[in-house]
Amino acid sequence: MADLSVNVAGVEFKNPIIPASGVFGYGREYEEFYSLSKLGGIATKGTTGTLRTGNLSPRIAETPAGMLNSVGLQNPGIDTFIEKELPNLLTKDTVILANIAGSTPEECAEVAAKLDKTDVHMIELNISCPNVKQGGAAFGTSCTSAEAVTAAVRKATSKPLVVKLSPNVTSIVEIAKAVESAGADALSMINTLLGMRIDVRTRRPVLHNNVGGLSGPAILPVAVRMIWQTANAVSIPIIGMGGVSTGEDAIELMMAGASAVQVGAAIFTDPYAPIKIVDEMNAFLDENKIASVKDIIGTVKPW
Amino acid sequence: MKYTQGQYPIIEKKTLAKEMYSFVILCPEAAEAAVSGQFVHIRANGFTLRRPISICEIDKNKGTLRIVFEVRGKGTEEIAKLNKGDLIDMLAPLGHGFTIKPELNKVICIGGGIGTPPMLPLAQIYGEKAVAITGFRSANAVILQDDFKKTGAETILCTDDGTMGVHGFVTQPLEEILKNGGVDAVYACGPMPMLKGIAALAKQYNVPLCEVSLEERMACGVGACLGCACKTKKNDEEYFAHVCKNGPVFNAEEVVW
Repeated sequence: MADLSVNVAGVEFKNPIIPASGVFGYGREYEEFYSLSKLGGIATKGTTGTLRTGNLSPRIAETPAGMLNSVGLQNPGIDTFIEKELPNLLTKDTVILANIAGSTPEECAEVAAKLDKTDVHMIELNISCPNVKQGGAAFGTSCTSAEAVTAAVRKATSKPLVVKLSPNVTSIVEIAKAVESAGADALSMINTLLGMRIDVRTRRPVLHNNVGGLSGPAILPVAVRMIWQTANAVSIPIIGMGGVSTGEDAIELMMAGASAVQVGAAIFTDPYAPIKIVDEMNAFLDENKIASVKDIIGTVKPW
Repeated sequence: MKYTQGQYPIIEKKTLAKEMYSFVILCPEAAEAAVSGQFVHIRANGFTLRRPISICEIDKNKGTLRIVFEVRGKGTEEIAKLNKGDLIDMLAPLGHGFTIKPELNKVICIGGGIGTPPMLPLAQIYGEKAVAITGFRSANAVILQDDFKKTGAETILCTDDGTMGVHGFVTQPLEEILKNGGVDAVYACGPMPMLKGIAALAKQYNVPLCEVSLEERMACGVGACLGCACKTKKNDEEYFAHVCKNGPVFNAEEVVW
């Protein structure tokens, strides 16, 4: 049994695997399958200042080796989250990353300030949601706005702050540097890639929102590349994600430079995916006589 | 446990019509927990998303669930390749099922096309107190007629093109029955325009209970991802419910058509 524990921005995780925001709700549905304490952490559904109803259906489409979604940040709002969901999550013996979003830097800061008064372990600021018209990815696609929203949230909280980056940019490294300079404690990347599918019989986009975020195994190599490039350019830790469905995928992201790994679409294919990935990582480490998973972070040997 | 995931053996496979298949699956835990109107979420080898398929029969004694599905695309095509003896990866039973009231005297169960299978468990429960109206495009798409007859329910078959049974939509015989009164509940599953028409008739004739089973593109199947939204209303306030958890069965009064 290898040591699977990792540390991200001062927060100790028992293992590196975290269900990604949006796939796991607030954890209740998956507790039917397994104890949430088996997870390194949980990134909760993106939560905004007030209730959001989300986009019209269809919100989901299958793609080669992946899927598109355009849920549009449907959530009950931060007050309901803090009152009804967070207390339950905090009893689960796992790290809780509260994922937050907003239409303006002020809304994001207000949400963060409310969470600052709770016992949540980390805040994950989403500046990269491709499915909402205001805010979301609009913050994450220019250095100035990414810096501004990060700075506003930084001022509102002393909790460890993770900023989730959009891959839908010319240079994710530049955005990462801007966010680091604005006070982020860690980065999480990559959010979904903007995509689209058309039903050729009706000539209608499959998604009612026309476009949506691509996730699943198809995006793994993009995630590996972006994490590797970013890890070489910043000094804060990275929580990697993007198409991870096996232990070896997670090891790959860590070798590219990630200190922990989120799992998204794979949970739809197999609800037990996060648990199996932890086991597979352990088996890989044992087979290769690596004592601690920390020893593989950023150890890729580039040509 | 409310629902479970596992690999279960297919103990019977039948072809019911062109591209329409019936599987009987041995899954005692899921069968024990299942109620009519719920669905199973099936992994299609090589695909990211599972495919939701309604439950067509529940046999708690034998520990089996039966599903009947149509090949609609590449995912269901992959599932249809499975044979008797193969294992099927299934998450079940999922969703909110039909409201069953044993004290009711007369209920109507209406299935349109591939919406017909979830009506069979209802006909089995209500037996002679049920009228099963089923509608299909054409004679070559007709399924499950013998199964419905075995339940003791009165059966009315409709085809859009008149090649078998009544020529026309299910709403015609439905209205005839409703005119005579005495109907306690209407249950339906099928295409949205059909459900909309049924809901309107049920309201017009003051049927006390009308429940419809809806369909939507789905990811998690358990209520976590919020992918399968459908517009519903309660106390005149509209909101997005989710077909996988709040449904697939909804009170027709709550659906925003």
